[in-house]
Amino acid sequence: MSAIAVPVRRTSPRTAVLRAEARLFRREAGTLFWTLGFPPLLLVILGSIKSFRKFDPGLGMRVIDVYVPTLVLVALIVTGLQAMPPVITGYRERGILRRMSLTPVRPSALLTAQMGLNGAAGVLSALVCLAIGRLAFDVQLPKQALGYTLAFLLTVTAALALGALISALAPTARLATGVGMVVFFPSLFSAGLWAPVQSMPHTLREIVVLLPFGAASQALQQAAAGHWPAWSHLGVLAAWAVVLSVAAARWFRWE
Amino acid sequence: MNSASPIVEVSGLRKVYGGRVVVDDVSFGVDEGEIFGILGPNGAGKTTTVECVEGLRILDGGRVRVAGLDPVADHAAVTQVLGAQLQESELQAKLTVREALELYAALYPNPADWRPLAERLGLTGRLNTRFGVLSGGQKQRLFIALALIGNPRVVVLDELTTGLDPRARRDTWEVVEDVRARGVTVLLVTHFMEEAQRLCDRIAVIDQGRITALDTPQGLISASAGSTVISFTPSAPLDNDELAALPALASVELKDGRLTLGGSDETVTALLSLLARRRITAHQLRVTDATLDDAFLDLTGATK
Repeated sequence: MSAIAVPVRRTSPRTAVLRAEARLFRREAGTLFWTLGFPPLLLVILGSIKSFRKFDPGLGMRVIDVYVPTLVLVALIVTGLQAMPPVITGYRERGILRRMSLTPVRPSALLTAQMGLNGAAGVLSALVCLAIGRLAFDVQLPKQALGYTLAFLLTVTAALALGALISALAPTARLATGVGMVVFFPSLFSAGLWAPVQSMPHTLREIVVLLPFGAASQALQQAAAGHWPAWSHLGVLAAWAVVLSVAAARWFRWE
Repeated sequence: MNSASPIVEVSGLRKVYGGRVVVDDVSFGVDEGEIFGILGPNGAGKTTTVECVEGLRILDGGRVRVAGLDPVADHAAVTQVLGAQLQESELQAKLTVREALELYAALYPNPADWRPLAERLGLTGRLNTRFGVLSGGQKQRLFIALALIGNPRVVVLDELTTGLDPRARRDTWEVVEDVRARGVTVLLVTHFMEEAQRLCDRIAVIDQGRITALDTPQGLISASAGSTVISFTPSAPLDNDELAALPALASVELKDGRLTLGGSDETVTALLSLLARRRITAHQLRVTDATLDDAFLDLTGATK
């Protein structure tokens, strides 16, 4: 035992909460795989398909070039919709939020820590996808870096807000997982995982670009190709981010 | 020792859920240094009452003060004088005991050193165990530690020993007595008579949202009808009318030939002379003081 009394070193309460949550995050092997492992792995698998690395005249580029922004979105969708909601709902369900509300620290510290950690994991996973695309498959880094970053940050916000809204509405962790799943697949679809958004039929595309991850997919593609993302896509993304955040804050229950 | 005003003051407390009055005009004061019990059947409004003291509920009427502070309006200040263990609450399953103690210590401006606290609660050997695999008793001891970690003046313990085996329950009682010995006031919610009788200096009995009695355990017992219990097996049947005529008689029960009477000392004297007159022998005669259990049933009007 190294139990020699250390002079009391003060950690700020919110830092202490964040540190504890980070430790717990690292202990969830399943979550770690889905958030940090799955999107890069999927990119590697798709990149291994030979025809995806050949120029596609229909798209005007290679399929793998289109898939990198899509997998960046997959990383954010997995963390926001799959990883986070069951944790937060579970904290409410099991009285962990109530327990913390008996201390001088508001239980919102737990929520911000969770959103920060999941957001960071999503960003990290997305960066790994960009790096793999560049190094393994010769996909160019986004040419319009500022526009890409802006669209990316709006998407992170929208994904976390959507996850927070699911956490707010689902009464139990099981239901949060279920609802997350229901929203998960349409989100992956709209992000262009099955078919790139630009190759979708006209009417479908009109609808998909009004969804947060459809708009995000288009904005990221445009920025990757070197254009400033269309304001319509950025506007749709920003509107979703605001509406989802307000709704989550409005309906969140502490117990 | 007793300071002028109670450290916890509840007056005219009222709480309504969806049109149903759960707590109705509840008033009591807890003096510094005492163990004050709130005793009542399930659903009587005990937990709601202490949740109002903890500032987790907005009152529908009345007034609550903890060390002179309003638990809702001055919530941040109240959290530093009041620690609590909640009836149904958990921690993150993969958080270890040490991490939980360190985390909660970091939430308070002037925390207690968690090491001696863990030592006193017998958690030292479990510091690296995750919350999810602790036994019920160990979880409760950890929650007591977390309730004490902010160096509070009052702790609220809600159904502390529910679900524990008798051994763990007794160990936990010792911990509560130890807490009080350190000068911390304890507000204890329970539905176990034995626990209330053993630990509490004073008890408020709550039934259907109202306080039906407030006294020391001994006071509650002697105030209730049938504070003395007499039981014996008569050698011959006794006349019912003569039994009913005994002074201060509260209850009569005949089961398998054994008579159990509730009453007072007066009842005992009269019974003994009745038996002598009728030349009836009382086999296995036992005269005992009623327990809080009997008093409780009497006070809450629970039908037996």
